[in-house]
Amino acid sequence: MATHNAELAFNTMKEEQNNIEQINAEEYKYGFTSDIDTEVIPKGLSEDVVRLISQKKGEPEFMLDFRLKAFRHWQKLYEEKGMPTWAHLTIPEIDFQNIIYYAAPKQKKQLESLDEVDPAIRETFDKLGISLDEQKKLSNVAVDAVLDSSSVKTTFHAELAKKGIIFCSISEAIKNHPDLIKQYLGSVVPHTDNFYAALNAAVFSDGSFVYIPKGVRCPMELSTYFRINAMNTGQFERTLIVADDESYVSYLEGCTAPQRDENQLHAAIVEIVVMNNAEVKYSTVQNWYPGDKDGKGGIYNFVTKRAICKGDNSKISWTQVETGSAITWKYPSCILKGNNSVGEFYSVAVTNNHQQADTGTKMIHLGKNTKSTIISKGISAGKSQNSYRGLVRVAKDADGARNYSQCDSLLMGDKCGAHTFPYADIHNPTAQVEHEATTSKISEDQIFYCNQRGIKTEDAIGLIVNGYAKDVLSKLPLEFAVEAQKLLQISLENSVG
Amino acid sequence: MLKIENLHATVDGKEILRGINLEINEGEVHAIMGPNGSGKSTLSAVLAGNPAYTVTEGKVTFNGKDLLAMSPEDRANEGLFLSFQYPVEIPGVSMTNFMKAALNGKRKYQGLEPLSASEFLKLQREKKKFVEINNDLTNRSVNEGFSGGEKKKNEIFQMAMLEPTLRILDETDSGLDIDALRIVATGVTKLKNEKNATIVITHYQRLLDYIVPDYVHILYHGRIVMTDTKDLVQKLEKDGYDWIKEQFPD
Repeated sequence: MATHNAELAFNTMKEEQNNIEQINAEEYKYGFTSDIDTEVIPKGLSEDVVRLISQKKGEPEFMLDFRLKAFRHWQKLYEEKGMPTWAHLTIPEIDFQNIIYYAAPKQKKQLESLDEVDPAIRETFDKLGISLDEQKKLSNVAVDAVLDSSSVKTTFHAELAKKGIIFCSISEAIKNHPDLIKQYLGSVVPHTDNFYAALNAAVFSDGSFVYIPKGVRCPMELSTYFRINAMNTGQFERTLIVADDESYVSYLEGCTAPQRDENQLHAAIVEIVVMNNAEVKYSTVQNWYPGDKDGKGGIYNFVTKRAICKGDNSKISWTQVETGSAITWKYPSCILKGNNSVGEFYSVAVTNNHQQADTGTKMIHLGKNTKSTIISKGISAGKSQNSYRGLVRVAKDADGARNYSQCDSLLMGDKCGAHTFPYADIHNPTAQVEHEATTSKISEDQIFYCNQRGIKTEDAIGLIVNGYAKDVLSKLPLEFAVEAQKLLQISLENSVG
Repeated sequence: MLKIENLHATVDGKEILRGINLEINEGEVHAIMGPNGSGKSTLSAVLAGNPAYTVTEGKVTFNGKDLLAMSPEDRANEGLFLSFQYPVEIPGVSMTNFMKAALNGKRKYQGLEPLSASEFLKLQREKKKFVEINNDLTNRSVNEGFSGGEKKKNEIFQMAMLEPTLRILDETDSGLDIDALRIVATGVTKLKNEKNATIVITHYQRLLDYIVPDYVHILYHGRIVMTDTKDLVQKLEKDGYDWIKEQFPD
């Protein structure tokens, strides 16, 4: 009965927030740009640009060195091999010299209260349904809002600070907590990791930093909303989360972007460090502009997300709902180094029209009795291509490692593709690795059955798809789950004919 | 309530219904019987608006409206309910969520406010009694892993929730044991009133012992070839359909 009521509450909430008229607005809902005074630097990428970014941000010497090292590595990769091509994606050649690498809303000083925030910026957040005001406090969410590349305002800073929690933009962290940054930045995803990781390390503009001290349970969900805003500006976010011994935090990331004609590159890095007995939950609802129905425009989302369970009995849980982007290249991964550590990956990836997604995870078992779970739900519609790519590696000394993977694909129509690329690399005979995969289609019989009960086809698809994705959606914090349900339905409109 | 005139329909280019005429009034129960392949299930599918079937000729009015011009969901919201012979499984969607979407969709169509969660749950609790189903069933995914009997009870439960005016039972008795048959049939009878009408499609007398028809029609080769009182059921039970086949050769 308890689950029953929770489900109803869930559904009721969905309905409240999920005005049908809104759903029927078929154009990309967040396709607007706001008029904010933006400071940009010239297009192109060079050592001088990297120096300029670091200077504009007023960074200490060690950060400039960090960036320059990464830039030189990226340059070498680019000259020797060019863009990576191994994923099941067709990526147009990106002109890296035609991208602006830094844009910040002009601001004269640090803001003390929300009243000082540019009204146009406030309005943009309102359109996105994000309020920076006290309502968030009531709903128990602290927001570090990233508009374009630079943090505008961090709320609840003080309240969190009381518990010793640091939640601020990464730029502030570089200035105010250089020791933590030196210790952890690049420690999980080094700049040598991959092409886009090198690029990000060289030019990252801003992002979030979270530090949860020993024994502290973060009392609220920490949430960052990203939004690309300046025309032609690549977005290079950098997020670092450190959970010290016996701590806990749940972190939410959501993305929306305005409609664009030119492709926009987004190459973020998220690094998470989890110490003894600590737990981090990282949830994403990703809704970058996917391009129009002919595949024009849309964001390229090439992200490196990785967590290390450094301590014993530590736990990391990635949950993602991917509905946007023209091209998605993303594998939130877990390095299970501590004994008895646990890694989880729950994913729903929707592709429609001409979208392409190559996404999945890596579970690297190093410690003893480590455990990982992978639940991946792909939904392909239109002419899209949706690939799951997952690696489970069990190292020689990882006695008693266990993995369970379930990769399901749901097809809508007959012009889309679903692909599964599971890799297992097992070096310990005691490992137990299970993989299950299914492929299904939404049948006309299911749709008609719903129709006969008075449920419209669009709503029927929403029901069926949300049912299919339930195991993943149920891992999201409630308010995120509601948004995710809505997004799934919007993303798949007109996809069954 | 329902008036079918010269209804012709095809599936995959093959003509199945070849001129059906039938009129049904409020409060009436009509049984439609006939040998396999005579078009009984096609008739129910066409009335419900299954897109797999094509209407090639004829007219159907439902409460004065052109039924064939309506979408399947509008037909449902206007009060037409089909109890499926083979209810479809929808994994991951709980019966409660499904029913809530259906019921509140209908209320919206009627210009009514949606029911709150507690009102809905209360109603659901009441209606479950009609078919003696337990709470467990409404928490499970729609028809997934249901036994044959549970699936049919679930159809009648949905009927109880939606309170349709025209109830079409497509071989609801198939695959039921005696107890389940009694529960399902009793449920249908309890839900009968002077405002709703029922079409019972069946092969056997046993369902009609519970749901007593006012008229019995024999469908053969896509036409209604005979209409009589419930006494016809006994004759069919005794003699089968051979005499019909002789009387109406291909």
